Amino acid sequence: TVPVNGSEEGKIKAPKPMKTGTTIAGVVYKDGVVLGADTRATSEEVVADKMCAKIHYIAPNIYCCGAGTAADTEKTTDMLSSNLTIFSMNSGRNPRVVMAVNILQDMLFRYRGMIGAHLILGGVDCTGSHLYTVGPYGSMDKVPYLAMGSGKLPAMGILEDRFKGNMDLEEAKALVSDAIHAGIMSDLASGNNIDLCVITKEGVDYIRPHRESIYNYKRQAKYKYKPGTTPVLNKTVNQLELVHETVQMMETAGSS
Amino acid sequence: MDSHHSYSQVKGVSTGTTILAVKFNGGVIIGSDSRASMGESYVSSKTINKLIQVHDRIFCCIAGSLADAQAVTKMAKFQLSFHSIQMESPPLVKAAASIMRELCYNNKEELQAGFITAGWDRKKGPQIYVVSLGGMLLSQPYTIGGSGSTYIYGYVDAKFKPDMSLEEATQFSTNALALAMGRDNVSGGVVHLVVITEAEVKHVVVPGNKLPKFHDE
Repeated sequence: TVPVNGSEEGKIKAPKPMKTGTTIAGVVYKDGVVLGADTRATSEEVVADKMCAKIHYIAPNIYCCGAGTAADTEKTTDMLSSNLTIFSMNSGRNPRVVMAVNILQDMLFRYRGMIGAHLILGGVDCTGSHLYTVGPYGSMDKVPYLAMGSGKLPAMGILEDRFKGNMDLEEAKALVSDAIHAGIMSDLASGNNIDLCVITKEGVDYIRPHRESIYNYKRQAKYKYKPGTTPVLNKTVNQLELVHETVQMMETAGSS
Repeated sequence: MDSHHSYSQVKGVSTGTTILAVKFNGGVIIGSDSRASMGESYVSSKTINKLIQVHDRIFCCIAGSLADAQAVTKMAKFQLSFHSIQMESPPLVKAAASIMRELCYNNKEELQAGFITAGWDRKKGPQIYVVSLGGMLLSQPYTIGGSGSTYIYGYVDAKFKPDMSLEEATQFSTNALALAMGRDNVSGGVVHLVVITEAEVKHVVVPGNKLPKFHDE
């Protein structure tokens, strides 16, 4: 807290970092992986973003859902994506999901849990369809289905009940969607819409949103003020006078 | 998000666990449960792998913080593989254990993980080494570790015999793990056993419903 005017009154509290208090889930099905997430980002008790994108692009065949501190999941997945692209270019090979997991694990372990990123990585590569989870301390696990975030307990309940190996696409989408929905209903910090991302050998189907919240609020009126609503009392114009002009040449490599 | 009140001193996912290793006639058996927990009340995985292969005939069982254990075994796997290439021959189990010990001892402030390194090599045959939390290295004919091990010290001390056959050793390990999993709440799931001999490495999984049942279950 920062005291204002040196007094005890009027202390300004620094805003807490935005968390994605979230429900994310992933499931491996017959032809690939389905990832799902809600779209609410909260800053303590206020919903800071109603249409937050929590399923992040890592590679054309790999996507990652992130729970925890919003900035950490954004940046971590961005860095991972850049690293994998560079690797792809250098080696001429498409990235594998295990490689993404290893890079993440190394990085998060190095920061000893200070990076609050709880991630579910899913993708399809030449070795098959994979779903991994990486924790903020650098632990990882390979799983056929998983939910993370503050709404993970209700979501896991749905997944534990209805998961089967080798489901088909519609079943898998319905399962993930219902799991996220359970998280949204039972957790205050999860809500709004449900995004889905289906990854197969053929490509990616990013469905945003898959299911919209029935509690969407439609604005009743416009809140824009007409020009002239606020009366102008006084007008002063200060002409800025050009005192001195210099031009400095810069050496840039490769310029002709 | 971290609403699970934790008495465990491990931050994040813990492998509050039962691991063991036992030497038998011709090889070693290492075994573990498969539960990973966060705090005392949430099982974050029912199927975690705690038997990590660091070389062709050398395995490590992990206990403690999952993140720390995975990082250490990754590092050890790399160093062991490099050592093996330089020596142009398969590494000794002692070498693997030493690498783990160096990592644990030199980073004892930051790490919270313990290991059982076991395997087979040409020089001394089957061996078991314990690398504990602070970096102590000890060789033993059989050993148990993890939070569930406290419940089976009596059992293993009474039932162990040197030079058991493979069947006896398998029964011994399965019973010990089943007893520990029956009493320790942070151990559970299935029993993973790996049998390491000169000829091969065999992975056996005993699912929960096939575990031996004891009095009162």
